[in-house]
Amino acid sequence: MGEVIPARHSHPTISLEQVKLMERQTRRENLGRAWYKFSRNSLSLVGAAMVLLVLLLAIFAPLVAPYPEHVKPFTDFANAKLPPSWAHPFGTDEIGRDILSRSIFGFRYALWMGVVVLSLVVPPGVLLGLVAGYFQGTRIDTIIMRITDIFLAVPPLILALAIASILKPNLSNAMMAVSLMWWPWYTRLVYGLASTLRNEYFVVSAEVSGASTAHILFREILPNVISPIFTKISLDMGWVIIIGSTLSFVGLGVQPPEPGLGTMVASGAKYLPDQWWIAVFPALAIVLIVLGFNLLGDGLRDMLGAEEI
Amino acid sequence: MDDAPLLEIKDLHVHFHVYGGILRVLDGVSFVVHRGEKVGLVGETGCGKTTTMKATLRVLPMPPARIPGGQILFQGQDLLKMRDDRLRRVRGRGISMIFQDPTAALNPVFTIGQQIRAVVRHSTEKRLSRSQIHDRMIQPIREVALPDPERMLGSYPIQLSGGMRQRVCIAMALVADPKLLIADEPGTSLDVTIQDQILRLLGRLVEEKDLSVILITHTLGIVRQLTDRVYVMYAGTMVEVAGTEELFRNPLHPYTHGLMEAVPRLTGGGVSDGIPGRIPNYLHPPPGCRFHPRCPHVMDVCRQEKPGFYRVSGDHEVACFLYRDKERSA
Repeated sequence: MGEVIPARHSHPTISLEQVKLMERQTRRENLGRAWYKFSRNSLSLVGAAMVLLVLLLAIFAPLVAPYPEHVKPFTDFANAKLPPSWAHPFGTDEIGRDILSRSIFGFRYALWMGVVVLSLVVPPGVLLGLVAGYFQGTRIDTIIMRITDIFLAVPPLILALAIASILKPNLSNAMMAVSLMWWPWYTRLVYGLASTLRNEYFVVSAEVSGASTAHILFREILPNVISPIFTKISLDMGWVIIIGSTLSFVGLGVQPPEPGLGTMVASGAKYLPDQWWIAVFPALAIVLIVLGFNLLGDGLRDMLGAEEI
Repeated sequence: MDDAPLLEIKDLHVHFHVYGGILRVLDGVSFVVHRGEKVGLVGETGCGKTTTMKATLRVLPMPPARIPGGQILFQGQDLLKMRDDRLRRVRGRGISMIFQDPTAALNPVFTIGQQIRAVVRHSTEKRLSRSQIHDRMIQPIREVALPDPERMLGSYPIQLSGGMRQRVCIAMALVADPKLLIADEPGTSLDVTIQDQILRLLGRLVEEKDLSVILITHTLGIVRQLTDRVYVMYAGTMVEVAGTEELFRNPLHPYTHGLMEAVPRLTGGGVSDGIPGRIPNYLHPPPGCRFHPRCPHVMDVCRQEKPGFYRVSGDHEVACFLYRDKERSA
């Protein structure tokens, strides 16, 4: 068995520029492959389109909504409870406000709720899961995971009710209550993955080469759990928005006259079934946004290969 | 050669606390590597070779592992008592390690270049610029003769062959210019042709750089080619140590005999039956000598007492009561 490898000094230098070029090329190929996997599933494209539509509507709400002034305190009893028409495609509510305009602004509250809750929840949840997983079997692991278990044992709606009865019922208290209950799911997810990864040879190999704990947590383990985290974030957007709407529905979230989608469904429920449009269109708006994020999440799961979720 | 050993493991015990009790996996292992020396560590799968090396670099998962006794002196300092920040400087720069499976030893989500750059960054306290890091990578990459290095560095581990991955791992182990390289069965997961290439490469690098090496393997032929001295391990204990040629010419311990006979021969004999029995259960290891249930020469004393090391000639020591009376009073 002879030496089939080239002679040792056949590469007098290795060009940094060339390496950078190659790495850029691999990254571009990766992006292309990811898009291919994502777009192969037409439902995930539909989901992405729905999410994009909701995002654009929410961002440009004042420009898109036909009656932006109906979002502020406003009454027009002459035009109350009008059925859907060209002037009011979704009809008007019990005090004459345009339901389409209010639903478009309602997207803002729903997305705001999802974004705030998840950005409060994901970083600490992931960090705790990484630490507990890396120090698996030690006291650090036990403390973090038992606290996680305690939080998981409290039903989120009950806690939100409790918080609302102690504090003022409003959107930020609702977001606080949901956040308090949501982080343990990320801790559990990441813990499960990280405690397996920490025994992988590439982690041991990094330890052996003198890597710091921070490097191992954030540069060796985290990149390998980022796919399931992103998939869960997308699926959770839908869930958080549902919970937020539920809290609004029972009067603990967005307070009238602000146009929360759940709040609108609650006030329209009184007029079912005769003036069905008052409750049904905001409810369909919730369906659109939640379904969009769920389909997107499924697409991300396929694309990223995160079967754990 | 300096007289003080580079690495000296003294009476190392490692226990694993598991359901059912305590696994006494290492039971008083002692081991010495001198500067510039190439030492082989052989024994069958599960005898504690890798555990010994992981304990040395303190990468055993603790819990369940515990080290109830022993010292691991590297350049005179006990690694087991060392503070974490100082230990990190020993890892990579003092001792580095190559693993059996190069695929598992590389992070699947980063390019080879990114991973080698990370190792360069760990090898110094200084903050290096991208081009400084690149400069420090060139030498080790050239030493492992990675073909088309620019393309290799821009690739993910999955895009490389096993042999190329192991070359990358060796380059990573050499980045910080270590004094001691631990190679844990560096070719086992590769096919024989590639394994041969990797071992030739290692052998050449070790000669050129005057590294000290611990080569862990269960392939005796490799040990014979590459090492100066060999330790034979059985069930968490050292059973024999000798210069490589001496060991092959004159194996003493009944277990070493069994190992040698288990090697298939091209000239007559064929494959032997090997050593009857299996490696013992670490939960209830046999009392006395751990090899006695499988030993063809077992005596009463073997069942009761643990044999010490008997020095039978210059550097040939064996832990077996058969040689109690043959010890040279040197």
